[in-house]
Amino acid sequence: MKRQKAEKKTFNSRTFLLMITIGLFLLMYIVGMVVFSDKGFAKPQMFLNLLISNAGLIVIGCGLTIVMVTGGIDISVGSVVALVCMVMADLMENKGVGPFAAVAAALLIGLAFGVVQGFLISYLNIQPFIVTLAGMFFGRGLTAVISKEMISIKNDVFQSWAKFRIYMPFGSYSNKGKFHPAYIYPTVVIALVVLILIILMMKYSRFGRKLYAIGGNQQSALMMGLNVKRTKFLAYVLDGFLAGLGSFLFCLNSLAGFVEQAKGFEMDAISASVIGGTLLTGGVGTPIGTFFGVLIKGTISSLITTQGTLSSWWVRIALSVLLCFFIVLQSIFASLKRKKHS
Amino acid sequence: MIGVIGKLPEVPAEYHAEAAAVPARNSREGGSVSRLLYFNPDWFPERRSHQKAGETLMDQDIVLTMKDISKSFPGVLALQHVQFTLRKGEIHALMGENGAGKSTLIKVLTGVYELESGEIRIGGIDRPIVNHTPQEAQANGISTVYQEVNLCPNLTVAENLFIGREPRKFGAVDWKTMNRKSEELLNSLDIRVPPTALLEECSIAVQQMIAIARAVDMKCRVLILDEPTSSLDDDETARLFTLMRKLKGEGVGIIFVTHFLEQVYAVADRITVLRNGEYVGEYKTKDLPRVSLVAKMLGKDLDDLAEIKSAHPEHRFGDAKTPVVSARKLGRKGTIKPFDLDVGKGEVVGLSGLLGSGRSEMVRVIYGADRPDCGRLTVKGREVRIGSPLDAMKLGMGYLPEDRQRDGIIPDLSVRENIVIALQAKRGMCHLMSRREMDEAADRYIGLLQIKTADRETPVRSLSGGNQQKVILARWLLTHPDFLILDEPTRGIDIGTKTAIQKLILSLADGGMAVVFISAEVEEMLRTCSRLVVLRDGRKVGELSGGELNQETVMKTIAGGGEENE
Amino acid sequence: MSESKPSVWEKITANRLFLPVVCLVVVLLLNVIKTPSFFQVSVRNGVLYGYIIDVVNRASELVILAVGMTLVTASSGGQDISVGAVMAVAAAVCCQILSGGQVTTNSFRNPLPLAILAALAAAALCGAFNGLLVAKLKIQPMVATLILFTAGRGIAQLVTQGQITYVRVDTYKVLGGYLHGCPIPTPIFFAVGTAVVVHLVLNKTALGLYIESVGINRNASRLVGLNSTMIQFLTYVLCGLLAGVAGIVASSRIYSADANNIGLNLEMDAILAVALGGNFLGGGKFTLMGSVIGAFTIQALTTTLYAMNVSGDQLPVYKAIAVVIIVTLQSPVFQRYVKMRKIRKNPAAEGGAPA
Repeated sequence: MKRQKAEKKTFNSRTFLLMITIGLFLLMYIVGMVVFSDKGFAKPQMFLNLLISNAGLIVIGCGLTIVMVTGGIDISVGSVVALVCMVMADLMENKGVGPFAAVAAALLIGLAFGVVQGFLISYLNIQPFIVTLAGMFFGRGLTAVISKEMISIKNDVFQSWAKFRIYMPFGSYSNKGKFHPAYIYPTVVIALVVLILIILMMKYSRFGRKLYAIGGNQQSALMMGLNVKRTKFLAYVLDGFLAGLGSFLFCLNSLAGFVEQAKGFEMDAISASVIGGTLLTGGVGTPIGTFFGVLIKGTISSLITTQGTLSSWWVRIALSVLLCFFIVLQSIFASLKRKKHS
Repeated sequence: MIGVIGKLPEVPAEYHAEAAAVPARNSREGGSVSRLLYFNPDWFPERRSHQKAGETLMDQDIVLTMKDISKSFPGVLALQHVQFTLRKGEIHALMGENGAGKSTLIKVLTGVYELESGEIRIGGIDRPIVNHTPQEAQANGISTVYQEVNLCPNLTVAENLFIGREPRKFGAVDWKTMNRKSEELLNSLDIRVPPTALLEECSIAVQQMIAIARAVDMKCRVLILDEPTSSLDDDETARLFTLMRKLKGEGVGIIFVTHFLEQVYAVADRITVLRNGEYVGEYKTKDLPRVSLVAKMLGKDLDDLAEIKSAHPEHRFGDAKTPVVSARKLGRKGTIKPFDLDVGKGEVVGLSGLLGSGRSEMVRVIYGADRPDCGRLTVKGREVRIGSPLDAMKLGMGYLPEDRQRDGIIPDLSVRENIVIALQAKRGMCHLMSRREMDEAADRYIGLLQIKTADRETPVRSLSGGNQQKVILARWLLTHPDFLILDEPTRGIDIGTKTAIQKLILSLADGGMAVVFISAEVEEMLRTCSRLVVLRDGRKVGELSGGELNQETVMKTIAGGGEENE
Repeated sequence: MSESKPSVWEKITANRLFLPVVCLVVVLLLNVIKTPSFFQVSVRNGVLYGYIIDVVNRASELVILAVGMTLVTASSGGQDISVGAVMAVAAAVCCQILSGGQVTTNSFRNPLPLAILAALAAAALCGAFNGLLVAKLKIQPMVATLILFTAGRGIAQLVTQGQITYVRVDTYKVLGGYLHGCPIPTPIFFAVGTAVVVHLVLNKTALGLYIESVGINRNASRLVGLNSTMIQFLTYVLCGLLAGVAGIVASSRIYSADANNIGLNLEMDAILAVALGGNFLGGGKFTLMGSVIGAFTIQALTTTLYAMNVSGDQLPVYKAIAVVIIVTLQSPVFQRYVKMRKIRKNPAAEGGAPA
């Protein structure tokens, strides 16, 4: 009997939160479909556009979830996006570097951030907030050092990557009865592949389980013989790499590099993670939850854009309200759990 | 709880004999006796072959030696030239007062603290080893289970057992195998819990056993149990001891750090005593009478049982006729059912019961640490509504909480600040105590309670557990309460301080204070209380006084099964 | 165990303020090297001029924010990242009331005291919102304040109806400029005044002790009679209120309310100031003086960089590097490493066991 009770609890707390997230997404999307059906919201392309616009966020969100599960945080990702886009643009437009090398540079920049930040956080024991704050400053400033003006990417190969459509077997019919197949871009494929890999990693690799252990109780993890320092370091390295990769996907969308790019992006990623069920205290969180968090953020954005009259600031406000809701929910669950134990 | 220890299964004589077969290498006493055994080959024929092979007997069976270990911290010499020897298949108790250095020794052994001087050797490895991290200690076969269970609450039981070494299939974690292996392991150690349960769902006792199971599965040669029974009830302690004996039979050397004398005599083969950071000696349990053990721990002759009784042969307590605090049908849903309680001036009322019976909950509800759902509270004749601890304090109450780490000390604040904080809170934010007043108060209680600290400005976290407890006691004494609640004031404290605190409680009662005293040790309560209130399963089931104050009646009332008297 | 009494040098280096002061001195020296006339002060038009004056002047908002941030950090172990946005909100409310809803105005459409009070009330309200989430609902501070961080500027935009509201009135400019006949810029008075008032409140009452106690162990503090929830809540309200003051000062400098730019990135600077001041970001014991020193250090660093012709956008790079260096130096791991190196070099110097 105790067995049943214990398993039920697992279902209750975490899966429940995930259900709410997924439910919320479906709810919002369906509302959108109903209210804005005349503006094309109900078309399957609308959903695919969500994935297209947020491919970078999905990847970066995964990275952030990894780090947050260990009890840390990374607020430098927005700046990494800006820096990578600027570097890629600069390399391809001003230095005549080929797109493949530019992508390699992107990944290297991400890795570099990960390595440096990871070292400071896990080996020197400096608080993640401060280190990644410095990283954020550094990235943003470096972007401005490279160029104060916007650089558009005109490289043919790169542009062809950005415009390459992968058609789906389904689609929608226009008013004239013509069939328009839905499409996605390679970015979406990459993002989804990464998502699946990260899901598998967190659930089925020793490294992934160590992340959860460290987030649950770092002292215990240490006592149990886990190499906490190295694991945390690798978590940040992976997060950096994913930031680089996500930035590349982002760049395929924006096709430009400028100083103000992706301002506030880190908050989008963190919000998506929290809404997806990641606890900032660590130890709890899944990439799939973050994925739905991203979808929610995307849906809000789409709803407001489709509505047309509200200023874009409302997206941020709506996201904040949602964040507030989920945070409060998490706190209620946590205090219920505390009461049960004392 | 102590009183029931006698009912535990008797330790078979073989266990003692096996330990005696190997001469105590470094003991100062009993050496000649064991040498006799050593040289009589007829008694231990199998040893002869080892002798012939030229190996010394000692190397075969000694699993761990620590020699000349010293360690110091700012202002405190924690260990001076301490030694320790552990043999295969032996349960070896490490004992000493607070500040004696037991936990420091363990932490040096396991790499939590850096080894400053001395040598550690593990059986089978020639060179001395140094453990720089717990991970290294683990790799060397030394596992530790601490009092605060070091597992991850957010992971499942199976994961906690296997984290870092999960079984894999094609490179991926094989959950099915892991769960299955966990189930096997748990069953073999008689631990009843599903491997897929989240650790935070399990009770502390079970968590401890899971920690031990993990250590066992990792094939440790040395298992260190640091105060494992403090949070366990008798059943759980008995199960723990069974587990320990099983492991002993498999050749694991167990270092058992504990304060409970009865438990040591029930299960340990040898005892090493430390005092004030120095090594006193190593003894075989059966050769060391209780009185001698206590004497060695304290450094003076002391009959711990007799002293208190003789000091207050007929202690005149106050009576409940003039209650200072009176509770009627006070209760809180889910924690303590509505109860009545009167505590009079000069009385010491003990709350007794098993773990989870609601003793702490009862006092918390009186004090306002938890808000009651129902009932009335009368203090000094007037009915009151206590909304928060501050209300209770203003009415003259004080509360020493059970969990001093979580609820008691404020670690980074100085001893002085920790002592004055309650009085300051009573006075109010706008009436800051003058520095001089604070200093005087702190010095007074440092002296009165013999608090071992380098300075009154030392952060309380640097003090040993027992001294931290004294600081919290000082805090409440400073407020001169009329009604003082002491929840496990002597837990984790050595005999000497325990006795001192018990005496203090009696003298406070003499001075007119009404005291509520909770302790897991029934004997301790029988010595200091005028009345015992018994709880079971979250409610009050009885009150004992006068002639009923003996172990048997108390145990019977706790156990229940008879009529309940109110 | 060392027998001798600690030398004067040891006492100085052990002081909490030692490293923050050293950092400040280093940055000031850098400034002097780059700009030899750094410390030169002259009086022109009845008003003080000079690089150093500029630094102290522009650091005012940061000092005010840092004071509030210190309290929040100490009592709850977390940071309030919404202070920049709250500055914008306060500025927006203030200017909007003064301009009576117009985009620009040359006279007060509503009385100044009303506008200021309303702005401070709005700021305190934001602080109360944060405080409710953190103290009552026990939500992590960074997460709780994330909400206003994201939404705050949007709210400010709504208040100013999407425009930048200008208040071209001399009396208003005084708050960010100069009082009549006074050579010292007004913001400095605000900064100093804030620091002094808060210091007095903390040390002449038990509030300082309470905040430390609550920040270190909330449970234990509650059981000794402290209202932990109320104390934490209070620190957040105070932090919001102080952000409001800073917002009004900032807005007065540019006699307008620019919801997008007022207080931009200042929350980060404020947190850095607290960290540089030697305060432990996880809460507990704190030093206001340290944070004030940290604030000046950051401002001086900014000035150094401007003098080196670094543009505003590029500034953050150097701040980041400086911060990383400073926080590394302060990290216990690093300090232990240095000690180990020293011991290895002079084993003879250590008689007994090292600490």
